Amino acid sequence: MKVLLRNPRREVEVAGNRRVKDVLRELEILPETVLVIRGDDLITADQHVADADTIELRPVMSGGGA
Amino acid sequence: MKCRKCGDAAVLELRRHNAAFCAPDFLEFFRNQIREAIRKYRMFDRDEPVLVAVSGGKDSLALWDVLIDEGYRTTGLYLDLGIFDYSVESKAKCEAFAAARQVPLLIRRVEEEVGAPVPIIKSVTRRPPCSGCGLSKRYLMNRVALDEGLPVVATGHNLDDEAATLFGSVMHWQTDALPRQSPALASTHPKLVRRVKPLYRLSERETAAYAFLRKIDYIVEECPFAKGATSIAHKQVLDRLEVPDLAEGDDSTSDLWLALRPGEPVPPRLDFRMSQQPADAVPQ
Repeated sequence: MKVLLRNPRREVEVAGNRRVKDVLRELEILPETVLVIRGDDLITADQHVADADTIELRPVMSGGGA
Repeated sequence: MKCRKCGDAAVLELRRHNAAFCAPDFLEFFRNQIREAIRKYRMFDRDEPVLVAVSGGKDSLALWDVLIDEGYRTTGLYLDLGIFDYSVESKAKCEAFAAARQVPLLIRRVEEEVGAPVPIIKSVTRRPPCSGCGLSKRYLMNRVALDEGLPVVATGHNLDDEAATLFGSVMHWQTDALPRQSPALASTHPKLVRRVKPLYRLSERETAAYAFLRKIDYIVEECPFAKGATSIAHKQVLDRLEVPDLAEGDDSTSDLWLALRPGEPVPPRLDFRMSQQPADAVPQ
């Protein structure tokens, strides 16, 4: 399956047919630091993703000056 | 995973609330948190006009979206920092947002107002870029509010921003900064308007989810000058402190040091794997 990452924008291939939380663990991404987006939907970490899926892991952290 | 309120399929899990929500119930939860923030700190009344400082990012646009929906009289303020393509894109996001909702948006260029854009301020002040930028923004937000006769400025600071600021003040023993940090700062001088943070009860993951579900087109890319910012390092540390694996010894104190002080060598006393040390071998 394809995973779109940001900052910088890039795409990686990982195995599908497993839960989102397993994909995040493989990519060493903390679940609380991203939104998981499939198509037009948000999905939770317990949902399964298929080999044919594309998901975006959109970082939620912003920062710098106040 | 099911929505805590209605039992439908959830789209977002919020561990800190031990809950998950479907999209409609999450949006209502989000709005309720802002209503409660405004009520608890008496941030502004229904009949008061509010200047909303917007950056093109998820937090400030989510805040503006809620305030418009709630019926407040709002004016947006975008400060063009002059940070190359980043500023061009973020300004376009704010303009498109305001145009779609037919709400007023003021645009001020930092270069015109304080004499130089942020990249130049960064190079001549020797301050970290975020420091000079934040100072310029606070000054300009206040000045524009005064010029426009608006009694209050609302910013998109969220719970993670506030936690990181508090953490930084404690870490650096800045006791004078602690009483200044509040969800609502009263006007203490005729030339200082009230400043409020209606998102202080909401995490940045929650504001990102709200913006996504509301189809708000915000700038996802990070400011090029924010890389390595102290506030981001503090957020990363706080995020990792809440990961159960850390307590179980799958991480190291040296990683925490590097997150807090990127580039600085790790002191020998911290350079060990917690999971590899018996309890009585931990250095004192």
